[in-house]
Amino acid sequence: MTVQKNSLSIALFSILFGLIVGAIIMLVFGYNPISGYVALIGSAFGSMQNIGGVFTQMTPLILTALGFTIAQTAGFFNIGLSGQALAGWVGSVWYALSFPDMPAYLMIPSVLILGTALGGLAGAIPGWLRAQFGASEVIVTIMMNYILLFLGNDILQNTMSKTIKESAETTKQVGSNASLQVKWLTDITQGSSISTGIFIAFIMTIVVWFIMTKTTLGFEIRSVGLNPDAARYAGMSAKRNAVIAMTMSGGLAGLAGTIEGLGNYLNFFTQNGSPAIGFDGMAVALLGGGSYLGVLGAAAIFSVLKIGGLGMPMTSGVPFELVDIVTASIIFFVGARYLIMVMQARVSAMDEKAAVATANKKAANTTSKKDNSHQKGGE
Amino acid sequence: MSLMAMLSLVISSTLVYSAPLIFTSIGGTFSERSGVVNVGLEGIMGMGAFASVVFNLTFADQFGAATPWLSLLAGAVVGLVFSLLHAVATVTLRADHIISGTVINLMAPALGVFLIKVLYGKGQTEPITQDFGYTTVPGLSKIPVLGQLFFEKTSGPAWLAILVAVASWYIIFKTKFGLRLRSVGENPQAADTLGLNVARLRYSGVMLSGLLGGIGGAVVAQSISLNYSASTIVGQGFMAMAAMIFGRWNPIGALGASLFFGLSQSLAVIGAQLPGLNNVPSIWLQIAPYVFTIIVLVFFFGKTKAPKADGVNYIKAA
Repeated sequence: MTVQKNSLSIALFSILFGLIVGAIIMLVFGYNPISGYVALIGSAFGSMQNIGGVFTQMTPLILTALGFTIAQTAGFFNIGLSGQALAGWVGSVWYALSFPDMPAYLMIPSVLILGTALGGLAGAIPGWLRAQFGASEVIVTIMMNYILLFLGNDILQNTMSKTIKESAETTKQVGSNASLQVKWLTDITQGSSISTGIFIAFIMTIVVWFIMTKTTLGFEIRSVGLNPDAARYAGMSAKRNAVIAMTMSGGLAGLAGTIEGLGNYLNFFTQNGSPAIGFDGMAVALLGGGSYLGVLGAAAIFSVLKIGGLGMPMTSGVPFELVDIVTASIIFFVGARYLIMVMQARVSAMDEKAAVATANKKAANTTSKKDNSHQKGGE
Repeated sequence: MSLMAMLSLVISSTLVYSAPLIFTSIGGTFSERSGVVNVGLEGIMGMGAFASVVFNLTFADQFGAATPWLSLLAGAVVGLVFSLLHAVATVTLRADHIISGTVINLMAPALGVFLIKVLYGKGQTEPITQDFGYTTVPGLSKIPVLGQLFFEKTSGPAWLAILVAVASWYIIFKTKFGLRLRSVGENPQAADTLGLNVARLRYSGVMLSGLLGGIGGAVVAQSISLNYSASTIVGQGFMAMAAMIFGRWNPIGALGASLFFGLSQSLAVIGAQLPGLNNVPSIWLQIAPYVFTIIVLVFFFGKTKAPKADGVNYIKAA
């Protein structure tokens, strides 16, 4: 309990310090930090549409962050979330456009499973190569990011049939049988691209939390991550768990990509680089400090800053990039929690000293008349 | 196209694409040999690219053809300063190395573009006027055949990078400093017991990675992208990291891996000009370098072994 309380206070301090860094940068370059942050808050919460935008932004980040966390728990550094998400995105949009007449009750579950499976496959490959051959998953996932990026663009440009494309660079919009957007959500948020994906993300958070903390599988993955030798000695298969963990990690990223495709953009278009949701999800996971509840909070903060930042240039003239600097600073302070812990320890030590001093003073006042020398010895 | 012309095209473009990877992967090697994992190479390259372009645009009139080389220094200095963030976080503040590296990667493009907007009022710079272009190495280019292939109209920074690789190998494996650097990366406690200053050595490892990563970024900006924007450095830092692991944390290995990546990347770019390759669908040329890397890694290298205390913070008993 004390640990949780402590990590929450570290998170809050980190956010505060990150905002201070942003304010200092704004001051240095001649912007007014107060009007900058007012513009940020005003833009993030100013309209239902923007609030919807915050949720749209959060959705894939929660999923990719969960994916990163699972891999990290098993002792892997999955830097390939972008590629895995892209696999889910391309596959799901392609599938949805290929079966425009399939009823929604068949389409939605099957497309979600397909997208997740594609991401899972893209995660399983590096997991298996690492388990079987000892090939560094860092290199393999970096390389696969490029392979999947080029393949995705090539499938769009050269393989997809002309009938499902708007132009050489974009597909048509998916039909209502595959769209995850629903009317009431769209209406509440004045036409933002929020979708039921946000509920999927919340549900997956609970599912992942349950699997990782309450099941044998989760226990094995955590054991393998903590000490593969001890886990093997206890009869757990490090290889099997490596593949499963990377498959789950990639699957969540694939689901994130699917929701981007069917909930947010409703199409696929030529990508100039790996989707940002991979690397941003990594940042969210690190900000969340490896806790599943923390991931939700971190995704919310990250998204508020992103959406809020979009409004900053117009009203206060501060370039949008400032919010990325703030985000990076927040994560810096989360990482450098030792700094905050030392400061907290100093402050509490000072508090204690003050408390002891006042207590002593009180005691001294009451006892000084009776016995002066005894107090000195007590110090 | 004659065989000579073809070979020299392949060689020169390989060198152009390899140069930034060589510098940066060797930088990473210094950092990780000292025990600090550096996934922030991408960000460091970004800052180097930013600084070199700003310097280049500002001083091109004064320095003329020497500008790109001086900008390289500017990139090196800014990369070094920026890497201090990683050093302070990991060595002094005991931060997780991956977290700190990610911060570097998030911070660099944001800071770079922010400053570009403050300086020039828009999200990307004008193209630079003085770039590296092609250099002919005096003397060596007179060697028959080989001179023409390797030293005529070639990439100047690549040859500098190769010299740096050899020098770095010497420094890491043949000097006292290198021995000490490796020892804090393998067993910081033992090194500390023997009177070495672990923190100072790790700082120098990270700062060298900043210096070389900054140069790597400056090379990309001034020989490939020729301006600075958010998309100047997209993934080269991660490729360099892969080259470092591929090269087994050895500068000569990193050099070889970088040349291999450079060759395969350049084939994707110039493949259309080469007979035999010009009929292959471009997608295969595009993904070939990355597929080859995985295959080579899996079948020929297998398990790569990082320095033992790589990524482990050393907390001295009080």
